[in-house]
Amino acid sequence: MFNYLKKRKILEISKGSNIILNLIMLILSLLCIYPMIFVFMISISSGNSIATEGYRLIPSEFSLSAYGYMFKIGQQILQSYGITIIVTVVGTVFSVLITALFAYAISRDDFRFRKLFTFIIMLPLLFSGGLVPFYMISTQLLHFRNSLLGLIMPLALNSFFVLILRTYFKASNIKPLIEAAKIDGAGEFRIFFQIVVPLSLPGLATIALFTALAYWGDWYNALLFIDEPSLTPIQAMLMNIQTNLQFIVQNSSSMSAQAFEILKNMPTDSARMAVVVLATVPIIFAYPFFQRYFIQGLTVGGVKD
Amino acid sequence: MSSKAYKKPPFRFNKNFAFLLMVLPGFIWLVLLKYLPMCGAVLAFKNFHFSRGGFFQSLWDSSWCGFQNFYFLFNSHTAWVITRNTILYNLVFIITGTILSLAIAVGLSEILNKRLAKLYQTCMFFPYFLSWVVVGYLLFGFISFDKGSINSILALFHIPPVQWYDDSAYWPYILTFINLWKNAGYTSVIYLAAIIGIDKQYYEAAEIDGASKWQQVRFITMPHLKGLITVLTLLAVGRIFAADFGLFYQVPLNSGALYPVTDVIDTYVFRGLMYTGDIGMTTAAGLYQSVVGLVLILVVNNVIKKYDKDSAMF
Repeated sequence: MFNYLKKRKILEISKGSNIILNLIMLILSLLCIYPMIFVFMISISSGNSIATEGYRLIPSEFSLSAYGYMFKIGQQILQSYGITIIVTVVGTVFSVLITALFAYAISRDDFRFRKLFTFIIMLPLLFSGGLVPFYMISTQLLHFRNSLLGLIMPLALNSFFVLILRTYFKASNIKPLIEAAKIDGAGEFRIFFQIVVPLSLPGLATIALFTALAYWGDWYNALLFIDEPSLTPIQAMLMNIQTNLQFIVQNSSSMSAQAFEILKNMPTDSARMAVVVLATVPIIFAYPFFQRYFIQGLTVGGVKD
Repeated sequence: MSSKAYKKPPFRFNKNFAFLLMVLPGFIWLVLLKYLPMCGAVLAFKNFHFSRGGFFQSLWDSSWCGFQNFYFLFNSHTAWVITRNTILYNLVFIITGTILSLAIAVGLSEILNKRLAKLYQTCMFFPYFLSWVVVGYLLFGFISFDKGSINSILALFHIPPVQWYDDSAYWPYILTFINLWKNAGYTSVIYLAAIIGIDKQYYEAAEIDGASKWQQVRFITMPHLKGLITVLTLLAVGRIFAADFGLFYQVPLNSGALYPVTDVIDTYVFRGLMYTGDIGMTTAAGLYQSVVGLVLILVVNNVIKKYDKDSAMF
């Protein structure tokens, strides 16, 4: 991305400005990653040091007990992790499949109802019925309440991704190949799966990444549809811990029996932060690999016909 | 007759049938999750009560009440508060976000060591990938009342600790900061890509004419980015009525004391649905948001069309 500057010697900024600029960018960069490092340090602080000195970047006493605790009695954490992985994998595969099929059909000039379906996919970008009707249809008609469908379906199709992929299919030079395959007698589905998909992998990968990230980070649909602990994804579990904590803080004066019950099962500060770390670690490790695709996807540009 | 048979492309029905099969799964999804809820918005015009026959029977049985739900909504003080909060926050986010991401993009493009620039970009892009729940925890580490590091630092200067989650005075600033923290890196990537696309000859000519770096940024880079800035800003203006639910719900930990400054249309609708249970009025609030949003997008699209035809959405 930055190679172009190599031949720009005469246009370079002065050494002094360069140092100042580097310093500013360094500070901004640290600001962006420091909170994550901080949370990691809290997760390996001992309970004693947190109790006496609060959260510290370098605690007086380290302890891995938070992680040990999770693997010992962290049945719920493993379960939630599993749910998140299942939802992310199944959801991404399903989503990319229906997105690509839809996008491909409306990218073909010889599809008679192309305009109609393009309109049908675009309208939801402009107008929605709002949360309440969506919630009512989802729970009353589609039975998303306490079902994995409630976590997978709402994110399965994104009009924006369909339009991006449609532009991508149109721009890529597969038309001659499609014509050739047609002459050889291949059907439309065969053309799609054996020619279009293999040739469009970079575009599909970008969409898959966007989608997988959306599934991994999703807590909203769990907030709407899930209260069964065995179906709670990791992000929603984190959210519930925080909600329970708030409940205790707000009712601390009149410690109700319920608050006591919650408090008893409450993970310690460091254990909570350890869950945050576990929920984020896959993204941190995958990040260097997918950043390139992400930037590609961002700069694909217009989604217009 | 035979010439007619030649004109007609073979398998015409079959091909369109295949394409229809391809859009079918997506179409069913759209009908169930988008178009049925759109029709369900009639709830806003009904005096909704749950009856025995389930939701749809209740919807059918509930009496029409015209614009009564809207009347109640706009007569409450809340309608004004949530509208004001939604619009003001989005305006502040648009202005601060654009300025900071432009500054970052220009800064990164000028840094001499390109490896460092790439590293900075990677760091600043990172917060974008975190979920709002995780961001809420990260912030909690800093502003928790008894253990947060900000209060520890204040204690060093003998300043009494602050109840951050109870004092609404700080939250407009905190929310603006968090929004910048999470999104500026992401937007700067888009601007940086555009800056890299600018023809280097402009800068060379300016350099020969003795233009300073500031003048180059001011008179070459900015005019080249003007189109992109306008389009991105207008698109954001079109969405000014829609708030980022996660930012306003997760980051303040849904703290009731902060509602006057953190409650936006989206959080109001959510709480109305989950806790208050006034289905009619909550639907009305959602519909009000959708309709104003639609009008804004249509207006903005027309403005973009006049300005730069290629960037219009439709």
